[in-house]
Amino acid sequence: MLRYALLRIIGAIPTLLLVIALAFLMVHAAPGGPFDAERVLPPEIEENIARAYNLDESLPQQFLRYLGGLVRGDLGPSYRYRDYTVAELIGNALPLSMQLGVLAMLLAIVAGIAAGLTAALSKNSFVDRLVTGIAMTGISVPVFVVAPVMVLVFAVYLHWLPASWTGGTDISRLVLPVVALALPQIAYIARLTRASMIGVLSSDYVRTARAQGLKTSSIIRYHALKPAMLPLLSYMGPALAGILTGSVVVEQIFGIPGLGQFFIRGALNRDYTLILGIVIVYATLVISLNLVVDLLYGILDPRIRRQ
Amino acid sequence: MSYGAAIRQILRKSGDNKTIVVCSSILLLIAAIALLGPLLSPHHFASTDFENRFMLPSAGDWHLFGTDDLGRDLFVRTLLGVKVTLFVAIVASCVSLGIGVAYGAIAGYVGGKVDAIMMRAVDALYALPFIFFVILLMVVFERNFLLIFVAIGAINWLDMARIVRGQTLSLKQREFVDAARLIGVSTPGIILRHITPNLFGVVVVYMTLTIPQAILVESFLSFLGLGVQEPQTSLGALVNSGVSTMERAPWLLLIPALILAVILLCFNFLGDGLRDVADPKEKTL
Amino acid sequence: MSLLDVKDLSIRYAGSAKPVVNDLSFSIEAGQSLGIVGESGAGKTQTAMAVMGLLPANAVTGGSIRFDGQEFLSAAPDILNRYRARRIAMVFQDPMTALNPYVMIGDQLRRILLEHKICKSAEARERTLAMLQRVGLPDAERQYGVFPHQLSGGMRQRVMIGAALLGEPDLLVADEPTTALDVTVQAQILGLLRELRSQSNTALLLISHDLGVVAGNCEHMLMMDNGRMLEEGPTQEIFAAPSNERTARLIAAAPRIDVPTKTTPLPAGVAPIIEVDKVSVSFREGRASGKRQLDAVRSLSFTVAPGETIAIVGESGSGKTSLARAIVGLIPMRSGAVSYAGKKLPGLVQSRPNAIRRQLQMVFQDPVTSLNPAMRVAEIVAEPISIHEPKKKKAEQEQDVNQMLRHVGLGIELRERYPHELSGGQAQRVAIARALVVRPKVLICDEAVAALDGTIQSEILHLLQAEQADTGLALIFITHDLSVVRQISHRVLVMYMGRVCEVATNERMFKRPQHPYTKAMISSVPVPDPGAKPAEVPLAGEVSSILNPPAGCPFHPRCQHAVARCSEQVPELESTASGSVACFRANELDLGY
Repeated sequence: MLRYALLRIIGAIPTLLLVIALAFLMVHAAPGGPFDAERVLPPEIEENIARAYNLDESLPQQFLRYLGGLVRGDLGPSYRYRDYTVAELIGNALPLSMQLGVLAMLLAIVAGIAAGLTAALSKNSFVDRLVTGIAMTGISVPVFVVAPVMVLVFAVYLHWLPASWTGGTDISRLVLPVVALALPQIAYIARLTRASMIGVLSSDYVRTARAQGLKTSSIIRYHALKPAMLPLLSYMGPALAGILTGSVVVEQIFGIPGLGQFFIRGALNRDYTLILGIVIVYATLVISLNLVVDLLYGILDPRIRRQ
Repeated sequence: MSYGAAIRQILRKSGDNKTIVVCSSILLLIAAIALLGPLLSPHHFASTDFENRFMLPSAGDWHLFGTDDLGRDLFVRTLLGVKVTLFVAIVASCVSLGIGVAYGAIAGYVGGKVDAIMMRAVDALYALPFIFFVILLMVVFERNFLLIFVAIGAINWLDMARIVRGQTLSLKQREFVDAARLIGVSTPGIILRHITPNLFGVVVVYMTLTIPQAILVESFLSFLGLGVQEPQTSLGALVNSGVSTMERAPWLLLIPALILAVILLCFNFLGDGLRDVADPKEKTL
Repeated sequence: MSLLDVKDLSIRYAGSAKPVVNDLSFSIEAGQSLGIVGESGAGKTQTAMAVMGLLPANAVTGGSIRFDGQEFLSAAPDILNRYRARRIAMVFQDPMTALNPYVMIGDQLRRILLEHKICKSAEARERTLAMLQRVGLPDAERQYGVFPHQLSGGMRQRVMIGAALLGEPDLLVADEPTTALDVTVQAQILGLLRELRSQSNTALLLISHDLGVVAGNCEHMLMMDNGRMLEEGPTQEIFAAPSNERTARLIAAAPRIDVPTKTTPLPAGVAPIIEVDKVSVSFREGRASGKRQLDAVRSLSFTVAPGETIAIVGESGSGKTSLARAIVGLIPMRSGAVSYAGKKLPGLVQSRPNAIRRQLQMVFQDPVTSLNPAMRVAEIVAEPISIHEPKKKKAEQEQDVNQMLRHVGLGIELRERYPHELSGGQAQRVAIARALVVRPKVLICDEAVAALDGTIQSEILHLLQAEQADTGLALIFITHDLSVVRQISHRVLVMYMGRVCEVATNERMFKRPQHPYTKAMISSVPVPDPGAKPAEVPLAGEVSSILNPPAGCPFHPRCQHAVARCSEQVPELESTASGSVACFRANELDLGY
């Protein structure tokens, strides 16, 4: 078990490095430099700027310099927002995005599991069909369609909730973005939970439990719940990735100054260090979560825990 | 050899499945309208008409869906959007199909260390919000239409590779592959005659699920302004512009959004239905 | 009033008009045992499920099932639950899937006690430990916290039986409880069941396809075919004088080891067609805990003469399948060599020339998965021809295929079918056709009839024997089923944990085995004759882990004749007057019947 854990932890590091290297390469391989959008400058000033930002060094050298900075927590200066370092910008935007993301994940997990279990336990009933249908819609309709429609309905027509981040109170302005963000994940999780639970309930060992005279609630509690929930654990990594992706849209639509917004702006402004920094933050989050999930799986699945 | 039989068998069984019939019909209907509609309407998708901006949908004058902020006819533009969206999605899916099947089949058949490394790479890539790399690519390399396909294909091949590899592995362990080796079939012969025909079913099913994913990615990119360029449009781009005029002219958002949702729903249901029909776990084909 | 009273039971599935069980009636009195026998598809398991109330929701039932007066067929689940575990309990066929892999076995048992409020929580653990011990699990305290995948098949089935008897039921329903187990372990489990039943006078409803199992364990017997009852009554009477013609045929077709073999001895002095010389096969088992070497086959040698059938027998872990695959070149050998007609062969099949490759063919255990699901029967049988005789014209190829299909007993109307449209027997014939179409001199059958029912099994064996008589085909028959061995082999080779225990002629092996393991195996096979001598004390313990083989003779931990030397040295295979045997005490022991 210990070996399994160590292997996984060690395995995560090259992945992270790979991501950083890839992103770095892509950013620097782009035609044109970070300052091209502005006025054309005389060559000497360009050289000075290049030297100041270390752009005159070779690519591998720049990469190593960057890595060194990373270790120290220095993500470099923002090319666009001259007065700020990337670390500062991310530091400001991250808490907001985290708040949104965490709330959305929690909502997705709770609502998704509840819906999935309900559907599974009343298989093929009206409730089940309803839940399945809604879940299908949830995964089919993209976030950037749902969110504006929600704003249209709840903010513009019904006036229940604020249409953007600047209006309304702390709680009320969180509702729409969090729900919009969580919706596709609720759908995926509900489908997954339903399929998993149905699979477990039709397994041979549940049949044995029935033969042993256990009532349904006991079967679920002592025999079915844990095996049914394990696949869900594996889905947490992709779920997080999905929420991160969705957050870009949601922040855009609601005007929330989170990491997603900065990423888009950075991309459009060719603010390389900013983009790189955000990509790394995201990748680290996802890789860490996957690692935690892997370790948890190793603890919870007895077939891995005891060899 | 048996590809024809494979197709016929799937078609036959699909005909019995209500979901498949309904969804394919809807999709075919939408595609037909998208192809024929513009021939009927007098309007062109790029022709602006500042006199008639923000018109409500009406039957008269063939403004069935109304006009947008530049006075362009939404009906024709929506049909164009459908064409572009579907085209991009299908081509991109073929790209990811090609990469995914090749990658997965090689990993599965060669096995051993090669397989382990290849799948670790997939696992690593799978975990990342790939969309960010794509956005990076798109911004960095300018809005090249061709690049859109590459980018979308680059995201979606992972699932296909995994499925194909899993299927190849399970096929490889089946005794008919051993029997073929004993008879004297060469390795290429085994891959071509014995393994690939049995991948067919699985691939078809996942194609129908890859297509909606590709549509989502393309729409996402268009929504962010990184997709097809004006005056061309896609459903995602239409939704994007619809958002900005949401309060004044909600139909500009709702109509493309609805059509997009319907297309995606149909593909997803279709994929689910096909998966039931050609269950890859039981009898391959 | 009977304990269990089934009247006119019929079971049908929604959407299908054909009933899987039709008009079935029988009863079981307290303390009695009834065995339901029949081939696969006869409806036996369906009946058992109906009795327990475990049929799926889309099953439509008719008739009545009364347990101690209570009607089960229409009863609500909570009424059924009052009877389950405490009055009626079930043991399923496959203990690996029947036990929850995520819960400790002790907890799974304890849950039954707590659910039915049989005792309080503190006492429940004690009772569970006591039951684990009673069913023969050593070191019950430690086994409590073990998970199913950590146990062997036999141990898991003991746990299942323990779980079933925990509530002290009046009736135990056992659905093929030993079918998935080795024959020596089967004997142990059946012995355990007999012992436990005698202690508590529990009635038994035993489902099996094996007439021998039923003959030795059930006072009454019910024969089923196609959902209907053929015959029912005291076991002895039915065996002695079956009143139904089909019953008589089924009994006659049942494979037995106590009848003399029909194979004729071969002429001596003919050069062997296959020589296996000190072949070893190993695997690297890689897990998170590090790679280890598994020695599946250890320095094994034997020869096969043309026209001879040699049976290679062994239970799980014996290495027989690895040996077969190594001989035929599908997996590499670690050392040793295989020769064909005197010429050494390259290890892997890819490196062997076509002319040689066609001479060694193989038929596998599962007929359906050994055929390419995407190819039609005609294509499957034609493929070898197109490789080995590519010059042949299409029309000629077709003729060959048709001829071969008829030869194996298939009508040519099956040409266009796909494998999943064939029955097990038909599929196996296609596999045999495919193997024989290039006229090999050697055919290896790896458990080729294990997945087939009694009558079909017989037919396939006859087909192979006929082929051998016609063409002088040499057969290497890998199997765990001693009755098959008895029927068709000239010589027998017994394997245990990768080594040879004994090689002997068919007659001699079954009359006078020289190796203790051979003797134990033969004694464990249930004979379909209720009057036969009851089995002796079954072989104890189970096969040691292949990853951790015992020092010295691999069999010594279970051998009742072991002495000190057996745990120190590995016995070599030595020739004796009547064959070869690898046992230090072969000369002293008299294991004959």
